[in-house]
Amino acid sequence: MARMKFICDAERCIECNGCVTACKAENDVPWGVNRRRVVTLNDGVAGEKSISVACMHCSDAPCMAVCPVNCFYRTDEGVVLHDKDVCIGCGYCSYACPFGAPQFPSNGQFGLRGKMDKCTFCAGGPEVNGSEAENAKYGRNRLSEGKLPACAEMCSTKALLGGDGDVVADIFRTRVLNRGKGSEVWGWGTAYGKPTQTASTAAPVKK
Amino acid sequence: MSARTIGGLATMILALAACGEKPQTVDGASSRKSDEAAWAVSNAAEPAFAAAGWKSTGDKAAWEQQIRQRGQAQNDYLR
Repeated sequence: MARMKFICDAERCIECNGCVTACKAENDVPWGVNRRRVVTLNDGVAGEKSISVACMHCSDAPCMAVCPVNCFYRTDEGVVLHDKDVCIGCGYCSYACPFGAPQFPSNGQFGLRGKMDKCTFCAGGPEVNGSEAENAKYGRNRLSEGKLPACAEMCSTKALLGGDGDVVADIFRTRVLNRGKGSEVWGWGTAYGKPTQTASTAAPVKK
Repeated sequence: MSARTIGGLATMILALAACGEKPQTVDGASSRKSDEAAWAVSNAAEPAFAAAGWKSTGDKAAWEQQIRQRGQAQNDYLR
């Protein structure tokens, strides 16, 4: 099986914030913390584009590299998770992340910075799958329930695709071929690396 | 006891004090809890929350098949 990935199709996203709401509700995310959000470029101008952004579960995650207490880990499916019992809330990961994914609760009187919270690809954390402890700390573990992230499954226009990298890439490819435009996948190069040039496309065409 | 002896003893005790210190470094790799596989059967999970028509058997291949099938639900060209 390929690794888990997110794709957001800017041609389809209508900035409804359904993904944001689904994530908040499914994981009981507190006020002030947004695991997912919708970013709109050229808002109000004709041709504006929106994308839904959260942790992309990078192949070579910078958050993992900079964490001084090594609280991050990657699951067999490529989902980047962290142990909140080890996190010291230093915030290095938030500076390192190109997507602004790590979030910190700041509801204290003096703006205290609690333990980091981020998208878990609805895969919970290092507690027993589906347990109350896991739900309280990390939110719902939908992957262990045979489901995909709530944000992607709730997306009304299917702009946000989540799941097995090969499956979502195939869905997106079919879509691009049908409409004949909008092949850019924002954030993919940053998160998963640039696609390698295959021998067939690299070879010059002889005439 | 001369002041010199007392001074020497005090220095020795001070020098040895560091030997009793506990390490204060956090080693995340060792203190971090290990996670269960997504396809693992969990007694803590509520069976009613499982995807309709699917039940975790602890089989990795079955779980992967379920995830792939579920992923195709996002493909509106198959509707």
